Amino acid sequence: MEKLEVKGLHHHFGFTEILRDISFTLDKGEVLSIVGPSGGGKTTLLHLCADLLDVEEGSVTNSFASSSYAFQEDRLLPWKNVIDNIALGLLAKGDKKSVAIEKSQEIALKFGLEEEDFEKFPKDLSGGMKQRVSFARALVVKPSLLFLDEPFSALDIGLKKELQAILIEMISKKEISVLFITHDLMEAIRLSDEILLLKADPGHIVKKFQYDLPQDKRDDKYVYGESAKILQDDEIIDTFELELR
Amino acid sequence: MNSLLKILKDFPAYLWSGWGAIASILLFIAFWDAGNQIYGDLVLPSPLETFKTLMSMLQDESVITEIKVTLYRASMGFGISLLFGSALGLIAGFFATASMMSRPIVTILVGMPPIAWIVLAMIWFGMGDETVIFTVVVASFPIIFVGALQGTRTLDGDLKEMADSFGLPWHMKFFDVYFPHIFSYVFPAWVSGLGMAWKIVIMAELLATSDGMGASLAVARSQLDTPTALALVVIMIGSLMFIEYIILEPIKREVELWRS
Ligand SMILES: Nc1ncnc2c1ncn2[C@@H]1O[C@H](COP(=O)(O)OP(=O)(O)O)[C@@H](O)[C@H]1O
Ligand SMILES: [Mg+2]
Repeated sequence: MEKLEVKGLHHHFGFTEILRDISFTLDKGEVLSIVGPSGGGKTTLLHLCADLLDVEEGSVTNSFASSSYAFQEDRLLPWKNVIDNIALGLLAKGDKKSVAIEKSQEIALKFGLEEEDFEKFPKDLSGGMKQRVSFARALVVKPSLLFLDEPFSALDIGLKKELQAILIEMISKKEISVLFITHDLMEAIRLSDEILLLKADPGHIVKKFQYDLPQDKRDDKYVYGESAKILQDDEIIDTFELELR
Repeated sequence: MNSLLKILKDFPAYLWSGWGAIASILLFIAFWDAGNQIYGDLVLPSPLETFKTLMSMLQDESVITEIKVTLYRASMGFGISLLFGSALGLIAGFFATASMMSRPIVTILVGMPPIAWIVLAMIWFGMGDETVIFTVVVASFPIIFVGALQGTRTLDGDLKEMADSFGLPWHMKFFDVYFPHIFSYVFPAWVSGLGMAWKIVIMAELLATSDGMGASLAVARSQLDTPTALALVVIMIGSLMFIEYIILEPIKREVELWRS
């Protein structure tokens, strides 16, 4: 069984404690969200899980067959056009160039990019378009585990819903497992099986919430209802207080 | 390979865009001719006479030999700077200490007037190839070195991390992530280094050798042979413009298409 297991994770940058005693397990086909205020160490935690940062104390065991990462910033190669940027991960896996290009064009269209954008360099794209390209680049490799770091934050509401719908479809088919980071509670409630609340200074988990209704059955009413419920929780109020003020 | 084709394909359009440049050159020649009519042939020979002299010089075997000598010295000097400047700059860029330590050295190299180098080189190497080549190297090396150093110093750590997250093999990391960035710094440095080399080689020859175009210029001066002197200047400027606008600029445009 593929899974990601984090046990007793601590992390420091210099003398600043960033993360304290983080433990959780992500099973295959599950969506686990980590919600918390900005600067709380969410990106750091995701980097540790994705082996982009060395673990200092504790352990991260990842037995998923493959994984990919959509960064908080777009991180596109400025000297490559849209399609070549998307194809990067496929080429790294050893796909033939023609196959990679074809798959990339297909997913680009699905993600709301137009054919006339294919040859454009990142400098000629809007922020939202760059984010879409970056998201497409992570999904086109069909990873078994997807690391998502606030990939929807730069998108307008319509496109956000569209991309979420694509993700929800993959989740419902159990094609993908997701470790999802956000500071948007409603987004987390719409997508997650489980939400971990990460409180800052240093980052530690204060509460867990479970959502059992399948993602494709969750309508706006459900999301609003659950959000309202969760917003009355003392820990939530306390954690986000910094941001509300 | 692909980008080479693209450069060739875009070339006619690029040439077409050169009409403005040609018009301004023609205007310059018109002023030159007016100057000739005011000051007379000795001070400023007419463009026509200059180009006639130029034509006859280009048919003269001995003039061609002088040009070849100069070309040899310039390309040797520039070649050495290109090779070592790029290599050492790239390496120095990877180490914070090396880049810090190289800064004062670069300042000395850039700040010292080339004419002072020529004098020193004449004392060290005597009159000949070595003196000229040395001066060319000393003048163009720091430009290329600094370009290469900036190229590696400014590599983007975020992109490296992204490349790691997709497990890019080393050759993809090099060609798709590092090389385009470094090249966008190194290439313009090569271009300025080349311009510098071409200017310095003439100056060094004029002072330190008895052959080459610089030396011919010195001879023309001592004989008050203004048409020959001007024809030599036209060759120098013409060759620089050819390299700059016909060869380097189209490549630069292609290479920097992605830059904002
Ligand atoms: N490479 C780094 N070196 C030093 N401090 C860092 C580094 N990366 C992040 N930090 C600090 O760690 C804290 C958590 O950052 P981050 O994980 O990006 O939070 P979040 O993603 O929740 O906004 C911040 O205070 C940030 O300044
Ligand atoms: Mg973050």
